[in-house]
Amino acid sequence: MSDKMEHLLQGRAIGRNQIEDLVVVPLFALFMALFLGALTMLATGVDLATIGQSYIALLRGSVGSLNAVSETLTAATPLVLVGLGLALGFRAGLFNIGAEGQVIMGGLAAVVVGFSLEGVPSFVALPAALIAGALAGALYASIAGWLRAATGAHEVISTIMLNLISYRLLDYMLSTSFVQKEGRNDPISKSVPEAAELPRLLTALDPNLRVHAGIFLALAMVAVVYWLLFRSKLGFTFRASGENPIAARFAGMNAGLIIVLAMAIAGGLAGLAGANQVLGVLGRATPGFSAGIGFTAISVALLGRSHPVGVLFAGLLFGALEAGGRQMQVDAGVSIDLIGIIQALIIVFIATPLLVRAIFPWGFRKTKVGS
Amino acid sequence: MTAVATNTTKMLDLAGKRQAWITGAILIGLGVLIAFFMAPDTQGAATFRLSRPTDALQVPNLVVSGQPFIYFTVIVLTFLGARQFLRGGAQWALLSLGIGLAIAVAAFMVWATVGKSFSLTGMLQATMVRAVPIALGGLAGVLSERVGVVNIAIEGMLLAGAFVGALAGSVLGGVTGLIAAVAVGGLFGLILAALVVTYRMDQIIAGVVINLFVLGLTSYVSSQVFQEYRDLNNAPVFRSIKIPLLGDIPVLGPVLFDQNIFVYGALIMAVTATYYLFHTRLGLRARAVGEHPKAADTLGINVYRTRYINVTLAGMVAGFGGAWFTLGSVGRFDEGMTGGRGYIGLAAMIFGRWHPMGALAAALVFGFADSLQQKLALLQTPIPSEFLAMAPYVATIIVVAGLVGRARAPAADGKPYVKE
Repeated sequence: MSDKMEHLLQGRAIGRNQIEDLVVVPLFALFMALFLGALTMLATGVDLATIGQSYIALLRGSVGSLNAVSETLTAATPLVLVGLGLALGFRAGLFNIGAEGQVIMGGLAAVVVGFSLEGVPSFVALPAALIAGALAGALYASIAGWLRAATGAHEVISTIMLNLISYRLLDYMLSTSFVQKEGRNDPISKSVPEAAELPRLLTALDPNLRVHAGIFLALAMVAVVYWLLFRSKLGFTFRASGENPIAARFAGMNAGLIIVLAMAIAGGLAGLAGANQVLGVLGRATPGFSAGIGFTAISVALLGRSHPVGVLFAGLLFGALEAGGRQMQVDAGVSIDLIGIIQALIIVFIATPLLVRAIFPWGFRKTKVGS
Repeated sequence: MTAVATNTTKMLDLAGKRQAWITGAILIGLGVLIAFFMAPDTQGAATFRLSRPTDALQVPNLVVSGQPFIYFTVIVLTFLGARQFLRGGAQWALLSLGIGLAIAVAAFMVWATVGKSFSLTGMLQATMVRAVPIALGGLAGVLSERVGVVNIAIEGMLLAGAFVGALAGSVLGGVTGLIAAVAVGGLFGLILAALVVTYRMDQIIAGVVINLFVLGLTSYVSSQVFQEYRDLNNAPVFRSIKIPLLGDIPVLGPVLFDQNIFVYGALIMAVTATYYLFHTRLGLRARAVGEHPKAADTLGINVYRTRYINVTLAGMVAGFGGAWFTLGSVGRFDEGMTGGRGYIGLAAMIFGRWHPMGALAAALVFGFADSLQQKLALLQTPIPSEFLAMAPYVATIIVVAGLVGRARAPAADGKPYVKE
């Protein structure tokens, strides 16, 4: 699959197969998911007019205005960052479900460094906070990587446990006098000073536009991960050990080191996403500030076919769904949790080409689609 | 050939030594920790209550004087640790570690209880109750992984069972709710089987997607419908049923014979699953499919059908476990209320070496950790409650990391089978 993508990105002629794989199947999945989402609403007693209204709100809230686009980009940024890390993990044969915990650790570290550097100029404070976030995420993820490499403990279980641990750790940290905002009894961290915040980009047009410099960070990381995966030696070892770990080992690659490094880079990106949230959007850490980004990003990485450019587009789509979902809740009174159902359904159709062809036997080529 | 053999033996030897040393270091480290942190403030006695005031047969309280017990613990731990260094072997390492950890936990409880009293029976009873969803989740994992299907979806199946149990239980009564929960668990088992067996979706992705889907669907319905119609989310709760005579035995009675049907159900299912998997022809076939599907197919066993049936059964077990969250405890569904119990169930399955009774025993260990942290939070120990709440998760990681090399998964676990 990777060389198909490379082929595509090198600008050679695109065959029908690739179009089907990269455009038709995802679009099909999106529309099937929206259709089944409508059926779900129907089943819970939402009438047809409201369903129509809610999908219009979904569209309006995601791309219907400058503010909507700004919200879409704001929601997409962390998803792209985390999705890139997960995609890299998939390429290396690792299934990292722990992005949520890594986002939390990254965000927490960024907040702590941010408020500790009160009064420090922006060109020091902001990079320091971002790097702290990335490092914290990387360290937290490498625990699972190390466990896998040293003992063989499957990363799926250890990362899930690390997620659950990180929630408690966040609760604890937010109640310590060092982190907690002065004069508050509820768990809330001190605020990040303006110098450490990711600057907002369009406040000149409208002070409510939340889109911030994090999008450049995400775009840069798309390029970095692309280079890392497809142009560097390290990325080659990642992909080789993901495709065939035994062959990779016999070719002299250090399997344990690769696992730890891949997890660390994935965790670093997740940590960066956490830093992006607290420094760009929230300005502080609260319980649940990660808001399920780490889980949604699993779907983003799968939808993006574990390719950096694919992850970018998938992240934009899911960001649009999140932003539109909020509008939907306001306009049509349909719970935003519907978006979760739609996202899961998209992945079912993406990850199961055989199922798609069983439902629609015509129109898709006869050879095996995808994998 | 012989060179390879000796080499392997040497490597095994070395691995055994290394493990013995690690075990020894852990034991002695624990001893030192207890000696330094717990010994100074254990003046007085810890009282463990064994009987409840309402019990027919009263037994006296267990009174342990703090300091002697702590010193006793330190001596035992040091002895066990030193023994590992001096003449440790792989076969003793695990046993010593088990004994050492058990006695360290006992010391910890004594330390936390000194000068107060603590209902030991109550905690053991809570252990049983809290082990139920983990045991049933682990059992569901055993059933599906024994036929070669990795079941990450247990969490989603528990959640679906909890949700449907609450909904159907509110409308049609508890028993119907329970049946509906089992049915919906089976439905998701069937869906998982269809996705991974027929449509050959990646098993882990399929499981994660089912979890996300169920989380989305149940959260959606509970915020869209339950908010408005609260009657739909107010199910009756199964009360505990005391078994006559047996229920009156001190300590054992309340723990084993005065529980609700979920506890009894989990125990019965673990036994039944053991019988099914290891003593019936169908079970043998199921295990053959999990170990070597091609050989099983050659012998005329229908691999696809076996996988469908067992994964569906696993889903039904998980659905029953899910009903525990609502019909077995609070009678009300909350978003994401399973809180990772399904994943802990998977860890219990690994800990229990893919054996139903093993999974049950492992679940009891997790249940113990869970109820211990709950009760310790009441005793107001100096340890923050968040850290106590982490204990089961940390234990899971340690267990999974420490046991993987020893426990072997079914050979065809996680691999799709394509019939030629």
